[in-house]
Amino acid sequence: MSVLVFAESWDGRFKKSSFELVSYARAMAESEGTQTVVLSIGRVEKDELIKLGKYGADKIISVSSEDFKGLDNQVYTRLITEVSEKEDAAIIVLAHNNTGKALAPRLSVRLKAGLVSAAVSLPVSYSPFVLTKKVFTGKGFVHQTIKTDRKIVSLAANSFELKETNSSPEIIDYSPETNAGEGGTSISDVQKQSGKLILTDADIVVSGGRGMKSADNWGPIEELADLLGAATACSRPVSDEGWRPHHEHTGQTGKIIAPNLYIAAGISGAIQHLAGVSSSKYIVAINTDKDAPIFEAADYGIVGDALKVLPELIEAVKEMKA
Amino acid sequence: MKIFVCLANVPDTTTKVKFSDNNQQFDDTGVQWVINPWDELALTRAMELKEDSGNNVDEVTVLTVGGLNTEPTIRKALAIGADNAVRIDAEPADSYVVAYLLSEYLKSYEGGYIVLAGIEASDYNGSAVGGMLSEFLDVPSVSAVSALNIEGDKVSLLREIDGGSEQVIAGVPFVAIVQKGIAKEPRIPAMRGIMMARKKPLEVIKGEAPEALAEMADFELPQVKPPCKMIEPENARELISLLQNEAKVL
Repeated sequence: MSVLVFAESWDGRFKKSSFELVSYARAMAESEGTQTVVLSIGRVEKDELIKLGKYGADKIISVSSEDFKGLDNQVYTRLITEVSEKEDAAIIVLAHNNTGKALAPRLSVRLKAGLVSAAVSLPVSYSPFVLTKKVFTGKGFVHQTIKTDRKIVSLAANSFELKETNSSPEIIDYSPETNAGEGGTSISDVQKQSGKLILTDADIVVSGGRGMKSADNWGPIEELADLLGAATACSRPVSDEGWRPHHEHTGQTGKIIAPNLYIAAGISGAIQHLAGVSSSKYIVAINTDKDAPIFEAADYGIVGDALKVLPELIEAVKEMKA
Repeated sequence: MKIFVCLANVPDTTTKVKFSDNNQQFDDTGVQWVINPWDELALTRAMELKEDSGNNVDEVTVLTVGGLNTEPTIRKALAIGADNAVRIDAEPADSYVVAYLLSEYLKSYEGGYIVLAGIEASDYNGSAVGGMLSEFLDVPSVSAVSALNIEGDKVSLLREIDGGSEQVIAGVPFVAIVQKGIAKEPRIPAMRGIMMARKKPLEVIKGEAPEALAEMADFELPQVKPPCKMIEPENARELISLLQNEAKVL
């Protein structure tokens, strides 16, 4: 028996969510008295693979063949199925990001294993297997019970702390039986945002709304984000206006994020926006309207013009760092 | 080619969520039901594709699993422009049940088709029906699709990935699991559409639901946040110090 984690990598490096998943799976494996097996697909060097051990991987199965480089949902589903059967995985853990959302449901059907998506914590109990997940886009929680022997869990972003354990994992370079050529899709081009922090991976996010008044006023948002090692985001009207790219839009229909700190500048906090950011540990709101709904969701608030307040925050951060 | 759009009937986004029956049920008293926002975008894109005759889309059909209570929402989709609709009459117990029932219906369809499904439903946030459906059908799927164009017998898609995007090509039949960007603004039914929708075919078929793999119980509301701590605009330093020493996030 084992707990199997699918750990995604990006340019040969694991995403932060992958380490969170390993910590999470390790905690489950300890409760169940079994081992943590991690599956990595794509070329990842040994010194990077070994990092998974730091968070509790007992065994790492690395599929490094270039044939499996691009994501084809059917091929990846077959490959994860193959490994989960080989490793007798009782629980399979994926991240609740775009890749996890693509694969977990397919796996659920292929393995006839119940799925809980966007789980926010460790199981409440293992027998029966009960997890807590968010519903109504953060306006509620529910306990969901999986009734099948094999379970699939996708973990919501930033919902489990990294935990160092320092196991020395066994690394297996694995050549799967799954045929990489049998997928029905092909990737013809990849566009990467180079050098930018991935929004869903960021610990701190600085976000701007309509109160920033124009695309030309984004300098202070970017400067503050740089100083704090933060990613930048925006509200929906801003991306609809084309002031910022769509991938920065956080909110119900945009990205759902859960950083440690979310700084909302000139965002009024429509319910759709809050649905995307309310899981942040701390929210700072800067808005001219003291009755704006963002202040109900925020922990710290400043009533004022973001265009005037941001430069002062930048100075204060510089002083803090000095 | 035909486009099927999967439709979930969900509470309006502004609904104040409450639970009843000792927190075992979502309390739908006074709730306004709407087309799931992502499905609404999917339907909008389906209509755009049909309107461009070069795409050879001859029909857009809306598919829903649910009871009679979903029909006003289905009629709204017909008013937006779908040609016809199928309601599979069964309790949508979980994503697995819904996907299975949709797949059983689609297996009986013999022509070339594309299925569009929203990436998430705003009620139970499962993000699972589209992916499960594609596996039941054993056809390719592409998830997190923010652009979709038909090019002859292939479909060209833009897939959002963390930190970028990919251009993906797929053949038909296949399932596209779509997100924001797939259409700019959801279409709103016009008066003429509403009149026409009344006469459009809405077929009801009986679904034989399998056993659900998971079940939900014990709903909870999120904890109430303590009130926001207000800081004067000229005290930026105080805010930074609170973030550093009280929240410990800097």
